[in-house]
Amino acid sequence: MSTEPTIKYEAVADDHHGGGTGGPSIWNPARWLCSTNHKDIGLMYLVFAMFAGIIGFTLSGMMRFELMEPGLQYFTGEAGSWGDRHTYNVVTTMHGLIMIFFMVMPALIGGFGNYFVPIMIGAPDMAMPRMNNISFWLMPFSFALAVLSMFVPGHGSAHGFGGGWVLYPPLSSLIGHNGPSMDLLILSLHIAGISSILGAINFIVTILNMRAPGMTIHKMPLFAWALLITAFLLVLALPVLAGALTMLLTDRNFGSKFFDPAGGGDPIMFQHLFWFFGHPEVYIMILPGFGIISHIISTFSKKPVFGYLAMAYAMAAIGFIGFLVWAHHMYTVGMGVDLKAYFVAATMVIAVPTGVKIFSWIATMWGGSIEFKLPMLWAMAFVFLFTVGGVTGVVLANAGIDHVLHDTYYVVAHFHYVLSLGAVFTLFAGWYYWYEKMFGIKYNALFGHLHFWFMFVGTNLIFFPQHFLGLQGMPRRYVDYADGFAQWNYVSSIGYMITIVAMLFFFVGLILSMIARKKAEANPWGEYATTLEWTLSSPPPFHQFNELPVVKNEAGH
Amino acid sequence: MRFQGRKIGATLLGALMFGAGLAHANIPIDGQFGMQPAASERAQTITDFHTYLLVIITVITLFVTALLVWVIFRYNSRSNATPARFSHNTVLEVAWTTLPVMILIAIAVFSFPLLYASDVEPTSEKVASGESRELTADDWVTIKTYGHQWYWRYIYDTDSEEPVEFESRLIPEDDLANNPGSVRQLSVYQPMVVPQGKYVRLNIAAYDVIHSWAMPAFRVKVDAVPGRLNQLWFKAEQEGIYFGQCSELCGLDHAYMPIELRIVPQDVYDQWLTLLREDETEAFEYLEQAQPRTSLQQLASVQ
Repeated sequence: MSTEPTIKYEAVADDHHGGGTGGPSIWNPARWLCSTNHKDIGLMYLVFAMFAGIIGFTLSGMMRFELMEPGLQYFTGEAGSWGDRHTYNVVTTMHGLIMIFFMVMPALIGGFGNYFVPIMIGAPDMAMPRMNNISFWLMPFSFALAVLSMFVPGHGSAHGFGGGWVLYPPLSSLIGHNGPSMDLLILSLHIAGISSILGAINFIVTILNMRAPGMTIHKMPLFAWALLITAFLLVLALPVLAGALTMLLTDRNFGSKFFDPAGGGDPIMFQHLFWFFGHPEVYIMILPGFGIISHIISTFSKKPVFGYLAMAYAMAAIGFIGFLVWAHHMYTVGMGVDLKAYFVAATMVIAVPTGVKIFSWIATMWGGSIEFKLPMLWAMAFVFLFTVGGVTGVVLANAGIDHVLHDTYYVVAHFHYVLSLGAVFTLFAGWYYWYEKMFGIKYNALFGHLHFWFMFVGTNLIFFPQHFLGLQGMPRRYVDYADGFAQWNYVSSIGYMITIVAMLFFFVGLILSMIARKKAEANPWGEYATTLEWTLSSPPPFHQFNELPVVKNEAGH
Repeated sequence: MRFQGRKIGATLLGALMFGAGLAHANIPIDGQFGMQPAASERAQTITDFHTYLLVIITVITLFVTALLVWVIFRYNSRSNATPARFSHNTVLEVAWTTLPVMILIAIAVFSFPLLYASDVEPTSEKVASGESRELTADDWVTIKTYGHQWYWRYIYDTDSEEPVEFESRLIPEDDLANNPGSVRQLSVYQPMVVPQGKYVRLNIAAYDVIHSWAMPAFRVKVDAVPGRLNQLWFKAEQEGIYFGQCSELCGLDHAYMPIELRIVPQDVYDQWLTLLREDETEAFEYLEQAQPRTSLQQLASVQ
C-alpha cells in the first residue's frame, strides 16, 4: 500500500484568534435580521431546520399513530378528531415537503454548508454575503406559506393540499384541489426554490474563487467538494421544478392546459419535469452528508481519507448520473418498454460510484486507530444504514420488480433508509462533530449517546418492517389498510415511539449542555481533525482569516 | 369501531389460514416477510428474480457489516494504537469498482429478459408437449378499465356493438356482515370477472385524476391516467379470488377503492356475461352462487 503526501491545512495566526465570537451582541435583532456573516446565517439555518424538523416529525407521528391499528383511529372526521381522510393525505404531503425543503436542505446546505465551507476553504466569508442573507430570510416566509396552506381550503371545504409531495396533476389541478391551498404551496416552493438557487450560486462562486492560496481544487476538503457538486445540482434542477410549478399555476389560474388532456396537455409531462428535478434532489440531500461522513471517519480513525480523489469524483459521478435516471420513479405510468430498459440500465450504474464511497469509507477505517466518539457512532451507523437503503435501491431499479413494488411500502422503506436513516444520521453526525466548534460549549455526551442508540433502534424498527409490508403489497399513502398488514404496522409504530424518546434525549441533552456551559476546546478531536475550522477558536472569531491561511503539501508521516 | 375492524379481520384471516387446511391465499397475510404467492407462471418468474436479488443484496449487506464489525474489533484505538497512513491501494480500488459492475451485469442478464417478457404481450405459448403454439384473438379477453374517484369501472366486450359496463365499489365496513366471506378494505360489490385459462388484456385510463390498477398476486401494476390508454396483461391461470388496491394517490378515499378479481371457469364467465347484459344485480348474484366469497379458502391459489 502506497503512502501519499498528505495535505496539511495551516492557518496563519490572526488578530481575532482565540478572541471569542466578537461581533454585535447576540441580543441585537439587527445582528440576525441584517446578518451578512456566514456563521450567523448558518446558525439561523440550523435553528430554522430544527424548528421545521419538529413539525415534520410531529406530522410523521400523526401517521404512525393512525396506522398503529387497522381501521380509523384519529382521522375519523368526527368532532375532536385530528381531521378526516383528506387531512391524513395533507399530513403525508406536508411531512414530505417540510422534511425535504425545510429540514434536511436548510440544515445540511444552509446550516453546515454556510458555516463550514468558507472556513474549510480558508475564506473570510461567502462571496456574496448580502445574497446569503436574502437566501436565508426567504425561507421563513416560504415555510409560513407552506404551513398556511394546511389551514386554507384545499378542495371544497376540506383544508390543505393532500396530493402528495410529488404534486401530480390532475390531483393538484382544479379537478383535484380547487381551493387556494395548492396555490399557496406552489408559491411556497417557488420561494424556497429561489432561496436555494441563490444559495447555490453563492456556494459555486465562493468555492471556485475564494479558496486560500495553495488550496487547489484537488486539495479542497471533501465537504467543500460535496457542497460544490450539490450547488451545481441545485442550479440545474430547481429551475425545472420552478417551470413545472409555474405551468401548474397557470393551469390552475389562467386557463392554460399544459397538464390537461382535454386541452391537448399531458399529466405525465409534469411527472417527467418533476422527477428531472426530484431525482437530483435526493442527491442534493445526501451529498453534503457524504462530505461530513468522510471528515468524521478520517478524524476518528486517525487516518487520511482513503482515495480522496476517487471520493470526490464519485460524488461528481453520482451527481451527473443523477440527471439521467429520473423516469425510474415512473415505471408504471405506461412508458415504452425500451425506455424502461434504458432507465433500468442508467439507474443501476449509480451503484458503482456509491459502492466506491462505501468501500472507501471502510478502507479509511481499515488500519486506523478508531475512537468511538459520538460523531463516529453516527457516521459508522450511517455507512451501514446507507448500504441497506442502497441495496434495496438496486432491487427497485429493475423495472420488472418495480411493477410490483412501485408505490408500496417497500419504496417508503427504501427512501427512508437513505434519507431518514441516511441523510438525517449524517446531519446528527455533523451536529455532534461541530457542536463545540459552533456553540463554544461541549455537548452532553451521555444524552448524546442515549439519543444515538434510541434513534438507531427506533428508526430501524420503524422502517425495516415496512419492506415486508411492501412485499405483501401494502400501498403507500393509505389511511387505512387491509387487516393482513396489521402486525408489521404495529411494530413500525412502536419504533416511532422509541424514536420520540430519542428526540427527547436530543433536546434534554441540548438544554443540559447549555446549562453546564463546559468550555469548548479549539480542537477537541486531536491532530487528525485536519481541516481549517479546527485551527480557529471555538466558536470561531466573528471574522476569521484576516490574513489568508496557506495550504502546504507535506510529505506523509 | 376502533377494534371491531381488527376483530373481523382476525377472524377472517384465521379462517383463511386454517380453514380447509390451506396455508396461503391471495390476500395479504399478517407477519409475512415476502411477496404474496404467485398466481401465474409469469408472476413466479418475478418472485424468483426477486429471490435472486434478495440473496445478492443480503450477501452484500452482510459483507459490509462484517467489514464494519472487523474494523470495530481490530482497529479500535485499544487494539491498534498506531494508525496506518496509507490512503491508496490501486488493486483494491479497481476491484471494488469492477466487482460491482460484474454484479450488476449478473443482475441485468436476468432483469432485461424479465422486463421484456412481462411488459410485452406474448404472441405464443408453450403447450404440454413442449412445442409453442401461436396465440389467437380467442385466447384473449380485453377489458377496458377506468379509474374514478373512488371506484373502478370495467367495460366488457369493447369490440362489440354493445359494450357492457359496471362499477366496482368497496363493501364498506358496516355492510361486511351482509356479504358473507367479504374481506374488510379489499372486497367489492361487483368484482372484475375473467375466464380461467385466458390471457387478459386491460386497457386502462382514468376519468378524473391518476389512479393505479395493481394486482400483487400477478405482479402487475399500471397507472390509470386521464387522456392516456395504458395496457397490461396477465394470464388467468387458476380459479380464485384475488385482491389489489389503488396504488396512486387519488384523493380523499384513495385507500377505499380496492380491486377484486374473480377467475372463474369459462362456462360461468359466459353465463355471467350474458346475465350482465340483462341485469347487473342478477349477474353478480349468479357469480356469488357459482363462486361464493366464502369459498375463498378453497379456491385461492395455493403454493
